[in-house]
Amino acid sequence: MRYRPGLVADYESDAAIFKSNVQRFWFSVLLVAVVVLGLGGTIPLVPGLVDFSLQADLLLIGTTAMFASIGAIGLNIVTGYAGQVSLGHAFFLGIGAFTGALLGGVEVTRQVIDLDTGQFVEKTLLYGFGLDLIIWLPAAGLAAALMGLIVAPLAFRLRGLYLAFVTLGLVFLGEHVFREAKVVTGGVGVGRESGVPSLFGFRFDQPGEVFGIFLSKNQKLFFLGLGLLIILGLTAKNMARSKVGRALAAVRDRDIAAEMMGIPLARYKMIAFVVSSFYAGVAGGLLFAVIGRVEPLSFNLLLSIEYIAMILIGGVATVSGSIMGAFFITFLPRIVKWLAGFWMFGFISESPTGGFVTLAQMEQILFGGLIIMFLILEPLGMYGIWIRVRNYWKAWPFSY
Amino acid sequence: MTQFLQAITNGFSLAAIYALIALGFVIIYKSTQVFNFAQPALLLLGGYWVLYFGTVWGWPFEFAILVGAVFAAVTGIIIERTTLRPMVGKPVFAVAIVTIGLNTVITIIALDLMGVEIRQMGDPWGLKTVLIGGVTIAHRQIAAIITVIVLVSLLLAFFKYSRMGLAMRAAAFDQEVALTQGVSVRSVFAISWAIAAVLALFGGIFLGSGIGFERSAAVSALKALPVVIVGGLDSITGALVGAVIVAQAEMLTATYQSQFAWLSWLGQGFSSVVPYLVMFIVLLFRPYGLFGTKEVERV
Repeated sequence: MRYRPGLVADYESDAAIFKSNVQRFWFSVLLVAVVVLGLGGTIPLVPGLVDFSLQADLLLIGTTAMFASIGAIGLNIVTGYAGQVSLGHAFFLGIGAFTGALLGGVEVTRQVIDLDTGQFVEKTLLYGFGLDLIIWLPAAGLAAALMGLIVAPLAFRLRGLYLAFVTLGLVFLGEHVFREAKVVTGGVGVGRESGVPSLFGFRFDQPGEVFGIFLSKNQKLFFLGLGLLIILGLTAKNMARSKVGRALAAVRDRDIAAEMMGIPLARYKMIAFVVSSFYAGVAGGLLFAVIGRVEPLSFNLLLSIEYIAMILIGGVATVSGSIMGAFFITFLPRIVKWLAGFWMFGFISESPTGGFVTLAQMEQILFGGLIIMFLILEPLGMYGIWIRVRNYWKAWPFSY
Repeated sequence: MTQFLQAITNGFSLAAIYALIALGFVIIYKSTQVFNFAQPALLLLGGYWVLYFGTVWGWPFEFAILVGAVFAAVTGIIIERTTLRPMVGKPVFAVAIVTIGLNTVITIIALDLMGVEIRQMGDPWGLKTVLIGGVTIAHRQIAAIITVIVLVSLLLAFFKYSRMGLAMRAAAFDQEVALTQGVSVRSVFAISWAIAAVLALFGGIFLGSGIGFERSAAVSALKALPVVIVGGLDSITGALVGAVIVAQAEMLTATYQSQFAWLSWLGQGFSSVVPYLVMFIVLLFRPYGLFGTKEVERV
């Protein structure tokens, strides 16, 4: 309690990113741990007994989770902070992914016979401009943000459920466009290579030596993700504690009252949508860099629900919650696979057809189940659990 | 002209299916203020019960529907009791998300029961058709339209004349006031869910009859969402009118898109996203749908 002042004396300290030095210390520890793990190091959780290190496959999931976290923070801005429910996050992720692939990807051409002349002509199957990461990543974000700007006017007129449906319709329209625009997306079942993460000639998607340390492709992407997550996470956190963030919270809590208090609803709803879409675009552009391919049908309603699950399970209107939720959901398939190894979970079958439920099915059941459980039992998500645990130990051994 | 009439006829039979699903949404929304995203899952599960009793156990179709309906109603009541009751009084949206979670879980269970192959519904109509004035109408289409007319009349009569129906209308008007007047809001909730589940089951039957029942039925069921929005969330008339508008728009696009070269840029299968487009357009002009009640709020 010495380190966690119960009294907040001024506005400055109330709005601080780190409320105390203890928090600052643990944040640094976590950061160092993540960096060590990313470099392939081992962390002794219980010295001499339990060690933890990221194997190649865990690193891959971890990298995906970093990018997913960025997307989840984006969704949390519009849904958590501003209270505008969006089921259309998959659409914005898709816009980002395909803008990234278009600007940063490679052009694919093929020789075809022109039926009129009988000559071979070059036909472009997929457009790609092969630009640098520094151009295509912001462009992916901006393209998504532009879409957000176009959608936002609907949000001025609609509230609550009606808005949710419009954004849901957006996912279906987007899916159709992605499916049909074959010269950009590659078409159903085929897809295309995602944008090449190459920053000023430095390739994140190829193994190589950095500062004398040999890093694999996934390790490089891991650090790219970590860097972006820190930058964008802090930006979001700063936005939340600024005038904009307070206005968004007012809009969420009671939009009519907020308007009475002189908050221009249209402007702040638009800001929320645009910023959120920007985050989604950036996340979408990189999310598929790990696998290297992006397919139009990935951006369906299920993906939107996945992101909703992330922020609900993690914690609504918190940046750290978004990150926790994104990591949890991204690691969920892995957790299910691990659970299937125990005898009491023998009903989960590892083969794609046998058993009572397969891994993929169990995963989705857990999705749904966890969303329901968290909403009923712990609406604040994992962040809320953490707060409770912390308060319990703060007052220990007294209950309060 | 024949082609147009054919499109319109197909549109009406599709409208009948959409109306069945949409009515479920509206009834639950009106009486419990919950928007039930789990309706597509209920449709899959309901359809499965009917085809299971009808084809696997070989019961007569009507009897299979009857038993299936009982199963569906019980499922609806169980869902309401276990997951929706704890959410009473929570924000509308949190509740809606819970039903999304439910949808995921129930869909997986239903699909697991159904398996991957296309299953026959065991219905008596099959692919038989009748030719009226140059327009081919399938028996199942006629059956769908008649079923909707009968079910809607029954429902309206139920709401209008029965004690329970009156209680449901009272609860829809104001839950707390209804409670103080001695209306058992709990049973209103349970009955709404049961009715919605049974309506979903009928939707499943007609989606699956003839061509067979499979997982894509859930996608079609989701198209009832734009229907509800176009009509307005809390209006039964709206659900019916919305179903006709959306289904006709979809069918006309499906029929005529291929004939006009200048429409080809819209891409294949464009008709399946037309409902969402209609929804956007309607919402731009009428934010509460065509028949929805405008929300009035105090500051």
